[in-house]
Amino acid sequence: MTASDATARSGTSADAEAAGSYRSLVEDAQRREIRNKRLLATPALVVLFFAASGPLLIVLLYSFLAPDPYGGVEWEFSTQGWFKVFFQVDIFDDTVSLADAHLSILWRSVQLSFLTTLLTFVFGFPTAYFIATRPVKYRELWLFLITIPFWTNLLIRTFAIMEVIRAEGLINQALIALDIIEEPIQMLYTDFAILIGMAYVYLPLMVLPLYASMEKLDFRLVEAAYDLYATRFQALRRVIVPLVKPGIIAGSILVFIPSLGAYVTPRVLGGGKKMMLGNLIELQFGQGRNWPLGAALSITLLIIVMVALIAYVRNTTKSDVRHG
Amino acid sequence: MRAATAMRGKDVVLDGVSMVFGDFTAVHPTDLEIKAGEFFSILGPSGCGKTTILRMISGFLEPTTGRVLIGGDDMAGIGPNRRPTALIFQNLALFPLMPVWENVAFGLEARGVGKKQRRERAMELIDMVALRGQEEKLPGDLSGGQRQRVAIARALAVEPAVLLLDEPLSALDLKLRKEMQIELKRLQHETGITFIFVTHDQEEALTMSDRIAVMNNGRILQVGSPREIYDHPSERFVANFIGDTNLMEAEIISVSNGTARLRLPSGTETDADMPEGLDDAKKVTVVVRPEHARLAADAGEATLSGTLENIVYFGTDTHYHVRLDAGELFTIRAQNLRGRDETHESGSRIGIHLGDRAVQVLKD
Amino acid sequence: MAEMSASQAGGPRRPFSVKRQTGFTTIAIICFVALYAPIITLVVYSFNSSLSIASWGGFSLQWYEAAWNNQQVQDASIRSVIIASFASVIATTLATMAALGTTRTRPYRGLTAIYAAINQPLMVPEIVSAVALLIFFAMIKVATGYTGLGYLIAAHTAFCIPFAYLPIRARLESMDLTLETAAADLYATPWSTFRRVTLPLLWPGILAGAMLAFVISLDDVVITEFVKSAGQDTLPTYMLGQLRRAVTPEMNAISTVFLAISVAMVTIFFFLSRRRK
Repeated sequence: MTASDATARSGTSADAEAAGSYRSLVEDAQRREIRNKRLLATPALVVLFFAASGPLLIVLLYSFLAPDPYGGVEWEFSTQGWFKVFFQVDIFDDTVSLADAHLSILWRSVQLSFLTTLLTFVFGFPTAYFIATRPVKYRELWLFLITIPFWTNLLIRTFAIMEVIRAEGLINQALIALDIIEEPIQMLYTDFAILIGMAYVYLPLMVLPLYASMEKLDFRLVEAAYDLYATRFQALRRVIVPLVKPGIIAGSILVFIPSLGAYVTPRVLGGGKKMMLGNLIELQFGQGRNWPLGAALSITLLIIVMVALIAYVRNTTKSDVRHG
Repeated sequence: MRAATAMRGKDVVLDGVSMVFGDFTAVHPTDLEIKAGEFFSILGPSGCGKTTILRMISGFLEPTTGRVLIGGDDMAGIGPNRRPTALIFQNLALFPLMPVWENVAFGLEARGVGKKQRRERAMELIDMVALRGQEEKLPGDLSGGQRQRVAIARALAVEPAVLLLDEPLSALDLKLRKEMQIELKRLQHETGITFIFVTHDQEEALTMSDRIAVMNNGRILQVGSPREIYDHPSERFVANFIGDTNLMEAEIISVSNGTARLRLPSGTETDADMPEGLDDAKKVTVVVRPEHARLAADAGEATLSGTLENIVYFGTDTHYHVRLDAGELFTIRAQNLRGRDETHESGSRIGIHLGDRAVQVLKD
Repeated sequence: MAEMSASQAGGPRRPFSVKRQTGFTTIAIICFVALYAPIITLVVYSFNSSLSIASWGGFSLQWYEAAWNNQQVQDASIRSVIIASFASVIATTLATMAALGTTRTRPYRGLTAIYAAINQPLMVPEIVSAVALLIFFAMIKVATGYTGLGYLIAAHTAFCIPFAYLPIRARLESMDLTLETAAADLYATPWSTFRRVTLPLLWPGILAGAMLAFVISLDDVVITEFVKSAGQDTLPTYMLGQLRRAVTPEMNAISTVFLAISVAMVTIFFFLSRRRK
């Protein structure tokens, strides 16, 4: 019986008063509860604001300031940071042209991220499928095996790849021993090295969401497909893949975004010659001495990432509605 | 609306087929012959192995022993996507992301039929199951009965020689179920495909089938037409599973030419067909269907006698529960015909007449 | 009853596998091997007595000794552990409070915003966060002159919060609300309800969150690299620096130890998340 029922039932004003105060007591308690909950969450939010979210605003601010030649900024408004992201001025004749260096780095970042996503997908899809089709009691073991490398230090994993692909590394040693080549192949400090490194590092991020989708797959649908004379490939293409699409998209996002902002892997495996956006940003805070430019580049990266995230969220809620 | 192309069914033979999982035998070695073009039901309780048999015929399971032959061809090693069978799953397994017509056309797509032709053929089948207008909808937007029909259309699209149905109507409500039963019967007649229908509902099996196989615990107990199974159950389980029945013990006085002279518990003697394999038996169990017996006012002259314990009125029938002198409870079912004006009182002594050949001897 | 037909083969034939797809198992196995091979190579060569990875000189622990005696390694390791300890404890505490404040409740105004704010470090690329903190802390450094470990601890705490939050929240959501209601019904105060009923049940989740936060903090490279002042290396940043110069198997030794610790912690984390469901 709610308070309003109580009011309706009774006729006298004293009862109505009692009912009214009952209602406000309940509401008070609820409001207090919500206030307490908000209070509990506040300290975490405060820390996050000062050491995570808040500083992002400062980055935005800095992107509109002028650089100090000795590092840091001069407190005057300037758009040169943003300008230099895309354009450059020839020092001799002041002609404005596209900042080739920056744009090629941006392009390399997008390309490599895309290729990394593709590579992890090609290898990750069968792997996730394999795990999802193991007997249930072994699945956790396989998942555990996939997750362990994921939790080891990014730097160590990158170092491990470096050891394997360098001139004296495992791959070259094996190829020479098998007489396939005479001289070691230069794999380190190339775009290829960065690609391999990132794929190696981000593979579990593709496998896990794919597995999550596949685990829920109703294999009776696949049975139905076979019963209707589908070949294995047709069953895969027409039944399995569409049904695990949410996992495919989630995995792709989870690989693409960190790849875009990669810093350690290109630094170690690209050797400073092959830079990605992350390295370019770091440069501005080091030798480049252009903090506003670094800030502007960071915001650019952030925007690209946000766009990708929003597209992903849109896509998942849309498909949820469809199946609803 | 074009008439559906007549499809011919094939016969299905199970030759010594069994299915053993580890130390559990799901299906004991079984021989079964299902004729081409017939509506054959496998009837049994949950877990009796009927679905396992279906999966062996469709190719999802390879039998542990024995062969499955369809149209005379041994199906060993041939996967489900190469057998002339189509299976309608218990949960229907409609592809949730494809509209109805794509679901129906899937088998054709798998065989490489072009898009325009696929759609045409799919629409034919959609008409056949009376779903025109729904072809663009997703399975999730359809009602249970409509989904059922999509599953049927999808299976028929690949022109199977044998259609396997795994308890397809169990999830539907009564009215819809009856409608679908008529539909399925009609489709089977029109197409001439061999239907193998698995169910635990004995009424369904009785009304729809040309022949029924009753199954329990991995064994097929009896195969026959609905009438045969009902009137002449060979085993206790079959008798109990299908319809109501009365069980009694009887002594064998003599046997000649397949007919036995029995002495019933009340002392009266009657004749019954003697099943094979019971040559040495002295005592047997017999069954009498409730509707094969009727009340006799005079307890002295009747085959059986006892006290009328209970009268239950069912609208169309009346059930009389009689406690026989020998001790067992005997049920009689009488139709409430107009003009019949018998009134009996509970507690009165009553006699029971048994119909001609009403007594059936069981093997067990 | 049936008789076995003469043609019956006996013995199970290979059934049609609905789940099999051509080549998938092969690729999956290749993947697993490729995933572990570099790490295993790394570990194996940490025991190599020869300097170069091109040749195997026999089993040796010399690199471990060298790392152990390396002053810089010692300093960096200690610093890593200090930062990780502080950060994980603080982050876990804050995350627990936040989880209690955002879980098992009717949606209130701002809840989604709070949720987004807590998870924000996971969504922003690390380099952007690193730049942001670099700039912000630089301002504070200029203003206050403080150059201690505080900045690193603050930064680590912040990005550890979402990692601690997730397992705690998961555990909280799977807990039975009625126990706390029963306690309240028996006149327990909110604090004692929390202490005697909620906390013990929540404990595995809290532990899991703390371990996760600890590992994440230990592992961090990018943010630490940007935020640190000169001479404030953590183990990962020390290693990053070394990679720019000549690499000796000492790196392998340090990496192996690091790996061992991470694997141990993750294994424990797995067990904590599994039992007591």
